[in-house]
Amino acid sequence: MASVFSYAFEPGFFSSGPVLTAVVVGGVAAVVSGVIGTFTVMRGQSFAGHALSDVSAAGGSAAFLLGISPLLGFVGMGVLGAGSMELIGVRRAEGRDLATGVVLGGGLGLTALLLYFDSTSQSTTGAAITVLFGSMFAIPSSSVPLVVAVSAVALVAVGVIYRPLLLSTLSPDLASVRGVRVRLVGVVYLVAMALAVALSALTVGAILSTALLIGPAATALRLTRRPARAVFIAAALGLAATWLGIVLSYDSYYWSSSHRGWPVSFFVVSIIFLGYLVLRRPPRRRTATADVGDGANATDGRHGLRGAAAPGTAR
Amino acid sequence: MNASGTPAPAPGEIALEVGDLTVSFAGRVVLDDVSFTMRRGEFTGLIGSNGTGKTTLLRAILGLQAPSAGTIRIGDRDRRQGQAVGYVPQKILFDPDVPLRARDLVSLGLDGNRLGLPLPSRTKRDLTEEMLAAVDALDFADSRVGTLSGGEQQRVLIAHALIRRPLLLLLDEPLANLDIHSEQEVVDLVARVAREQQIAVLISAHDMNPLMEVMDRVIYLANGRAVVGTTDEVVRTDVLSALYGHHVDVIRVHDRILVVAGRAEGGAMLDGHEPPDLGRP
Amino acid sequence: MFSSFMVDTWVVASIVAVVAGVVGFFVVVRGSAFAAHALPLGAFSGAAAASLVGVSTLGGLVVFSVLGALGIGRLGRRGHHDVATALSLVVLLGLGALFLSMTSEYAPEVESLLFGEVLGVAASAVLPVALLGALCVAAVAVLYRPLLLTSVAPELAEARGLRIGRTELWFLLILATTTAVALPVVGALLVFSLMVGPPAAARSFTDRPPVAIALSVVLALATVWSSIALSYALNWPVGFFVGMLGVFAYGAGRLWAWRRRMGRARRATRTVSPRSLPPRAARRVAG
Repeated sequence: MASVFSYAFEPGFFSSGPVLTAVVVGGVAAVVSGVIGTFTVMRGQSFAGHALSDVSAAGGSAAFLLGISPLLGFVGMGVLGAGSMELIGVRRAEGRDLATGVVLGGGLGLTALLLYFDSTSQSTTGAAITVLFGSMFAIPSSSVPLVVAVSAVALVAVGVIYRPLLLSTLSPDLASVRGVRVRLVGVVYLVAMALAVALSALTVGAILSTALLIGPAATALRLTRRPARAVFIAAALGLAATWLGIVLSYDSYYWSSSHRGWPVSFFVVSIIFLGYLVLRRPPRRRTATADVGDGANATDGRHGLRGAAAPGTAR
Repeated sequence: MNASGTPAPAPGEIALEVGDLTVSFAGRVVLDDVSFTMRRGEFTGLIGSNGTGKTTLLRAILGLQAPSAGTIRIGDRDRRQGQAVGYVPQKILFDPDVPLRARDLVSLGLDGNRLGLPLPSRTKRDLTEEMLAAVDALDFADSRVGTLSGGEQQRVLIAHALIRRPLLLLLDEPLANLDIHSEQEVVDLVARVAREQQIAVLISAHDMNPLMEVMDRVIYLANGRAVVGTTDEVVRTDVLSALYGHHVDVIRVHDRILVVAGRAEGGAMLDGHEPPDLGRP
Repeated sequence: MFSSFMVDTWVVASIVAVVAGVVGFFVVVRGSAFAAHALPLGAFSGAAAASLVGVSTLGGLVVFSVLGALGIGRLGRRGHHDVATALSLVVLLGLGALFLSMTSEYAPEVESLLFGEVLGVAASAVLPVALLGALCVAAVAVLYRPLLLTSVAPELAEARGLRIGRTELWFLLILATTTAVALPVVGALLVFSLMVGPPAAARSFTDRPPVAIALSVVLALATVWSSIALSYALNWPVGFFVGMLGVFAYGAGRLWAWRRRMGRARRATRTVSPRSLPPRAARRVAG
């Protein structure tokens, strides 16, 4: 047993500072992403989630430029992005995606400009890669308290609006009838998502934080129809994938003689993707006309989870 | 003879023949041994509450739902050979931002499934114009489909369905979202077109009253089974009670028909026009 | 700006704009903005792979974006591709991260591939781009009617025997090829902006599909030409201008659409049916 253990964990794993920081920060980011991502998938807002992470990349590049903590850059820009998306406020799903795309285009354009300034001002070409792909093992341990604080805020926010959020996800009309401020809840949720995305952008990069947001949640929603359970499973899956990814990435430094190692983000994303493929069960047809979708359209007699009505589901 | 007293047209050729149709999925038998025939020029109402299988039947006729047993023949050929069947689905949510005019949608009814660039042709233009005129949609022919009202959209969808001069026209709950005025317009329009073009029309609804004046025959669906005949033959206490397996009263009030759950429920009056949904086993 | 080594850029950029304008019309009509964003990012990883293996960048771009298209098409559920898109995107990017880590010589190219590079077009690229571009436009022409019908009214398309999933897959493949071709000039991160901004504006100005497509091409050309000129002048990345112009185009389109709506409401003279009463109450009153 001891030899298996030592085989799995290459020497120095548990004593390495950066690794432990990665474990903590990565773990926290994974849990927050999994929790919030469950709602993202239920609401069919995967694009918004991804767009926010790309937009917050602009913040990250600005942070590099200004020499401030990247997390603050990510968070600041993410919140700004969430605000603009909400401001454009389109109801229909297609229109919403389009609006999201446009905001994203603007944000990325800005990122382009800022990264360009980065590279000319500091002659480092690594900024782009770090911002976009993250550097799990390069997170300063001093950022841990801030990370924990931001995650706490995000989780508390979601906890507070849990029931109105669930209700307005199932049916915005039903929710407003019950007195829920649907738009307010939507904004709070978007901001929480921006925070989650910023956190994971720090660890696996802006582009790949989408994986932590969507992957475990989508898998969880295929495994269960109960929202509370899905949230829990999503967090657990994300956590497992992140920690396993960290271990594998650390070990990979020892695999080849050149001691290069493979990036954590690669492992984490691959594990999440494989997990999704393996764990999702083939869709069960409930009726001839209803389309059982990926979480976003999960119809459930008990809980009536329903996304934007797909054509053909009307009887 | 239909209710308005005008003599029904002489029976035309058979447009649709459904024989012993059974459809089951998800472990449930949705349609059980349903048989009926429709002839050209006939106006048939498919009546049943929600969930009784009306849409399933329509989809089976369209070839979108494979039957577990039974046959469907359109015209003189088997369903599988893909003849033209006109179909008007329930209300479609068109995006008002999509640039497509009513006129364009109707043209697509002619050739929407063909590959290759559509070449502008005089025939196509004339046919489209003709159809739009027939459904009285010329006023808004050049407006976007997403900006039309329910009734207007309905008419455009009917034009789309009819432009290929099908043998058979299916309408899925076309009256469900309309106000009375539009309801009547649609019914009259479809009845007129059916007579003029000798099309067999099957219109599904959960309330048969708006169709009373134009319906030649009724297919009454409940519990997956169907009873077919004229209104006088089918919509009777004894027949429907047998169909439901449960006593129901058929009451006529001022030219309107009410189907009411029977004595067992204390004669509970349902929302007058809907047949009771007696649920599934 | 019009010196000999820039000519290729102008030519390629124009071809790209035409194709993006045509394909972009359907991106907007079908609501495939996410796919349009995700596919080029996946393609980007292909470029990294290509440099690792030593084959043509364009080849790598096309292969990976096609892989992405297949992922979205096969994993996606009808009408709900967003999860499939997200997952296909991240898995390809994860691979990209891996490839990037393996080759240190690639770093400077990363930025130009991500954000666009005015000088990023080699003379040898003009012919393949032209061919692939022509292929995409031809494919759209061939699939024009099914694409239109499945986008606007899937129920009607289905009743006509059109296979929604199959049409979607073909469209994704066309989209994949388009983005791969446009990527070197505009950059992976912004190529979708070219396919979303101009068409989104175009559809507000006309009700007819062919006109909207033509307008979309015109706006795309204008966007690309201005972006290249500005990028050349200021030395800022092409992608920045494409992104900003896209936002501007979308905004202009929204504004125009709003104005039309207001105008229509004011001009409405048709008698409005009594829709305020629910149908049943109305019937009781009438009956």
